[in-house]
Amino acid sequence: MTATAIETRADHDAAGEKVFNDLIAQDMRIEPRDWMPADYRKSLTRQISQHAHSEIIGMQPEANWITRAPSLKRKAVLMAKVQDEAGHGLYLYSAAETLGTPRDQMTEDLIAGKARYSSIFNYPVLTWADIGAIGWLVDGAAICNQVPLCRASYGPYGRAMVRICKEESFHQRQGFEILLELANGTPEQRAMAQDAVNRWYAPSLMMFGPPDEDSPNSQKSMEWKIKRFSNDELRSRFVGMMVEQIKVLGLDLPDKDVRFDEESGRWEHGPLDWNEFKEVLAGRGPCNAQRMERRREAHEDGAWVRDAASAYAARQAAKHTTKAA
Amino acid sequence: MTGGSTTGDDGATAPTSGLHEDRAAWPLWEVFVRSSRGLSHVHAGSLHAPDAAMALRNARDLYTRRNEGVSLWVVPASSIITSDPDAKGAFFESPQGKDYRHATYYTKSEGVKHL
Repeated sequence: MTATAIETRADHDAAGEKVFNDLIAQDMRIEPRDWMPADYRKSLTRQISQHAHSEIIGMQPEANWITRAPSLKRKAVLMAKVQDEAGHGLYLYSAAETLGTPRDQMTEDLIAGKARYSSIFNYPVLTWADIGAIGWLVDGAAICNQVPLCRASYGPYGRAMVRICKEESFHQRQGFEILLELANGTPEQRAMAQDAVNRWYAPSLMMFGPPDEDSPNSQKSMEWKIKRFSNDELRSRFVGMMVEQIKVLGLDLPDKDVRFDEESGRWEHGPLDWNEFKEVLAGRGPCNAQRMERRREAHEDGAWVRDAASAYAARQAAKHTTKAA
Repeated sequence: MTGGSTTGDDGATAPTSGLHEDRAAWPLWEVFVRSSRGLSHVHAGSLHAPDAAMALRNARDLYTRRNEGVSLWVVPASSIITSDPDAKGAFFESPQGKDYRHATYYTKSEGVKHL
């Protein structure tokens, strides 16, 4: 390469950077083939692929309950929900792939334990009421987090999120309905609903990520307009919604410190165990090993299907070529 | 081009899986959905599949779980020819000074009915 060529490349990047910064400043979207800073690409690839992995791992806790769902209708609903989670994972892998990392690479990273996914899916699902609490609290927190992501500066991510958010709203409502029916059922069913809410409340609040002062990546992400609101801001908004909704359920939030702070205009909640969060994220939660093992098994058990499909495609293509020749 | 996946990667040169598999990555397909009669097919997203028939089936399962479409197209991503985003200025004619291509340019007829 000549010196001139290198110079041209550098000029080009400077021009690219200006276009990128202008687009961000004008709140316009960045598209796959635009120039973008290496850190923007890296940060997005990490966030979107982690998000995709979470959807895929998130299929497990609920799929485990399909056979035990209390009616045919509940089974059908739960299957539709689990199928949606698979779909969401695939939309997100597609979006991440536009940044240059091949899909198979992301799958491998997950299976090799090199990639992260949301800590929430490492908690056990003990009763049918947990399926209700997951839909209401976990999907509720996810929606709260994801609605602003529909406006993320990276086009493919925003578009995937629009599709996902539309589908998620059914998830939250079906969870709420499960809890509502249990809450209005026998004393045992009511106790089961309350117990599930008690166990899922704190982990779902932690889904928004660490407190703002311990979230160093957030600032950059907000400058790039990937994130629109801080972790604490979204968490507080979510708490406010739950405070109202739990009244309809006639249950209690397991948090005696919940209050609206007039001064900051924000909902405050009790202390969360951030050590637990770190432990679960580091792979030492109650179900991490089980989730990873199951994912690995599914991948390995499905290998022959992928091989057969590849072999069939190759044979058909060869036949077609012979015919054409 | 508003495509979700326009890396132009047809999968053929993608690095092969290192863990257990040595098959080449499946090609990338772009999916277009016609939401109802009378409307165009619109880009919905992309997916990987070993061949066209599987791409079509997967597209149905992935992009039309809620009656979103009455017709589907799948196109190998590698077959899509795109304009160069860097040459945008040179490629697309500047609309500057060409307001006369729009009806709103003609103001003298304002108030005249059915015009």
